[in-house]
Amino acid sequence: MNEPIRRLSLLAGLLVVALLVASTWIQALGAGSLNDRPGNQRTALANYGQERGQILIDGKPIARSVPVDDALRWQRQYPEAQTYAHLTGYYSFEYGAGGGLEGAANSLLSGTDDQLFYGRIADIIAGRKPTGASLELTIDARAQQAAVQALGGQRGAVVALDPSTGAILAMYSSPSYDPSPLVSHAEGVPQEAWKQLTGDESQPMVNRAIAGNLYPPGSVFKVVTAAAALESGDYEPDSELPGPAILDLPQTESDLPNSDKAPCGPGDQATLATAMQKSCNTTFGYLGMELGGDALREQASKFGFGDSLDIPMAVTPSTVPTELNEPQEAQAAVGQYDVRATPLQIAMMSAGVANDGVVMRPHLVEKVQGSDLSTISQARPEQLSRAVAPETARQLTEMMTSVVESGTGTQAAVPGTTVAGKTGTAQHAEGAAPHAWFTGFAPADNPKVAVAVVVESGGSAGSQASGGSVAGPISAAVMQAVLQ
Amino acid sequence: MRSLRTITTIAPKRGRNVELVLIALALAVVVLAYVNVEVAANETVPAGLLGHAGILAAIALVVHLVLRWRASYADPLILPIVTLLNGLGVVMIHRLDIAAGRDFGDGLAFKQLQWTALGVIIAMVVLVMLRDHRVLRRYTYTAGLLGIVLLLLPLLPLIGHDAYGARIWIKLGPFTFQPAEVAKLALAVFFAGYLVQTRDVLALAGRKVLGMTLPRGKDLGPLLVAWGISILVLVFETDLGTSLLLFGLFVSMLYVATERVSWIIIGLTLAAAGAFVAYQLFSHLQTRVLCWLDPFSPEGVEQCGQLGSGLMGLAAGGLLGTGLGRGRPWLTPLPETDFIFNSLGEELGLVGIMAILALYAILVERGLRSAIGLRDGFGKLLATGLAFTVALQVFVVVGGVTRVIPLTGLTLPFVAYGGSSLLANWTLVALLLRMSDHARRPEAEPDTPVPEAPTEVVRR
Repeated sequence: MNEPIRRLSLLAGLLVVALLVASTWIQALGAGSLNDRPGNQRTALANYGQERGQILIDGKPIARSVPVDDALRWQRQYPEAQTYAHLTGYYSFEYGAGGGLEGAANSLLSGTDDQLFYGRIADIIAGRKPTGASLELTIDARAQQAAVQALGGQRGAVVALDPSTGAILAMYSSPSYDPSPLVSHAEGVPQEAWKQLTGDESQPMVNRAIAGNLYPPGSVFKVVTAAAALESGDYEPDSELPGPAILDLPQTESDLPNSDKAPCGPGDQATLATAMQKSCNTTFGYLGMELGGDALREQASKFGFGDSLDIPMAVTPSTVPTELNEPQEAQAAVGQYDVRATPLQIAMMSAGVANDGVVMRPHLVEKVQGSDLSTISQARPEQLSRAVAPETARQLTEMMTSVVESGTGTQAAVPGTTVAGKTGTAQHAEGAAPHAWFTGFAPADNPKVAVAVVVESGGSAGSQASGGSVAGPISAAVMQAVLQ
Repeated sequence: MRSLRTITTIAPKRGRNVELVLIALALAVVVLAYVNVEVAANETVPAGLLGHAGILAAIALVVHLVLRWRASYADPLILPIVTLLNGLGVVMIHRLDIAAGRDFGDGLAFKQLQWTALGVIIAMVVLVMLRDHRVLRRYTYTAGLLGIVLLLLPLLPLIGHDAYGARIWIKLGPFTFQPAEVAKLALAVFFAGYLVQTRDVLALAGRKVLGMTLPRGKDLGPLLVAWGISILVLVFETDLGTSLLLFGLFVSMLYVATERVSWIIIGLTLAAAGAFVAYQLFSHLQTRVLCWLDPFSPEGVEQCGQLGSGLMGLAAGGLLGTGLGRGRPWLTPLPETDFIFNSLGEELGLVGIMAILALYAILVERGLRSAIGLRDGFGKLLATGLAFTVALQVFVVVGGVTRVIPLTGLTLPFVAYGGSSLLANWTLVALLLRMSDHARRPEAEPDTPVPEAPTEVVRR
């Protein structure tokens, strides 16, 4: 009987080996993913047990941890909660880290990021309590305030970029919300707030600047169409193009009218520059069909359409549909049909024109700092793509300048400087007031700021709204705040 | 005569002094763990430290002295290992008492200590009264009957008791008891006695098919009965763990008795068939399998958050653990019983877990080594069965919480909170010690004359 006993003994050994392998997998190799799993109370409690990093603007916190006398030991506070809610997000024991940097930069704020490894070792050796890293943002507080005030109670979003670096100077989504109750330690308060916020029809927790349902860009997309036309080499700003009051679309019953139902110029003809200045749908519709859907989409993607960006929050990619037929090409050329864009993408488009045709990668975090304010890492401006040749960028700038000087965008003018821009009035649903858009940059000859503004369903102006009248003044206010 | 001997026998080592040193080491580890827990909770060394350590030391030393007196050749590793496992279990339970706000007096650790004391007393009685394990062979069929009755007790109307979705308890007044733990001992005795009688028939008769000797149809009876009982336990008591354990025990002993691989293959086939049919029929088994495959799927989180939480506990421990008293094992449901392995893993880390698994492995190997050393078939079978049941039980429990196999409801021997399990396992250890004494004792030095022992035919 000894031989089978020996074999059984070997089997017992193998069983233990199987358990050792499984334990090693769980505790060593796979531990990271288990610890990072949403809903892991141990990780949440461990993170709460130590001081989390701050989120700062010019050294002033917009999110900080304060010690409290309960089991969680630290509580998150958001000064100016409404102004920065979509940037900070929330760090809630019940609902985790999300909604903004709290979620997207969680590993830095909680101190577990690999970048912080050496600091952590030093902390352990020195016997210091480990703390998370703080984030200094690129936000210009005055520009952000201006955006909040100018947008007022209207639904929409504002984004301002530094065209030469991609730094995000302002990002505001309206309606905003107060994340404070979500991070409350009081019994039932987070649940109540969560229920109310997620149930709200206006979706206050959605950052409309980078995510959400995406907007049809309308006429601001004409910048892309114009860029494609100029880049093709077949057109110049003074090329004479057809510009009737109504463009008959082939293969369909429908047609594409100008918004004022008037021809773009005498003899139903207009130059590209004039069409831009007056935002002529028919001319651009014609251009769209001439250039083709592929050329439009290719040009759009050079501006960043279709890219998955992390700023570090994830940005929903903007889209130009594929497989367009001719009428769809005409509509896409004026930013209708299924073209969808985030305000950030539209701001990147203007910034690309402003920066001699180069689109910089947008980013929100300027510096990562240790708890002792030492700089752990600093943002380095990075080129995302070359959208157009410098010469094309110059021609587009000239055309966009005339939009604000004497075209549809006069209300976006900023005293004391030249603004280049483009308005948009985007139809999005039958019978609903159009979205009002404005995008542009200033000063036109030495751009310091590029802006995109969208006001949903015309805002307080309703069906009377146009991009110039509703979104233009908001853009002007933000530009002024940056330039002063 | 003496001068003619070419091989001189060296006096065989009893190993009692080695055992004493190892017990001291085990106690030192347990006391250190206890101090760790108290320092983490109160930042002071516990006031009653010497007293508590003294009680533990006294328990271990009394068993040691009984071994010196009654089983001086017993394996010297078994007692220290069991002392260490039992002690670590009590410390962990005490630590969870603190977390749950229970005082020592009415905490689970105190109860566990009382059960330990009772278990040790029973073990000593077994060691003193049972001078030769072969006596047990006389009670083969009594043990079989006892085992089956114990298995069926929870199904009786008045005393049977449901908890955590399994009907494996009986309730007598304030006490609840898991009779299956004791049943496994009785059945091991029964299997050993039965198989030693019938092994020749089971081993030799049959036809050769594909190079393997298949048993005759009529010899399949016992295996089918064991299989049937396991299925009954599974179906009516919804206790997958006990079912697996009993069937595994029987098949392994059958294999050792007959040395025929065909029994294992037939056994595994039957087990697989039974498991498959039961899986189709019973939703609680489907849930178990779902949780095993993907504990973090939405249904998984809803149905078996405890398994997921236990895994997260292990992960939180990582390589070195949070340190005793410094983790959050109470976040997992049943941290003292079904998930005590996770509690230990969270606070002692992978290193601690490896040490604990190694202790079990050594314990099992020592038991199997005793089985090899024994000279009677009954003893060989019984020792094998008892030692292998520890291995199986550890595998079923730990494998369940580490997702090697679906989760079942067995207790981790000596460590998990629970009186029945402690009593049964201390008795198991007493039997193993008794048999290891026999295995290691030189033949020239008979323990007691055993006139009634049947003559054994040496097979190899």
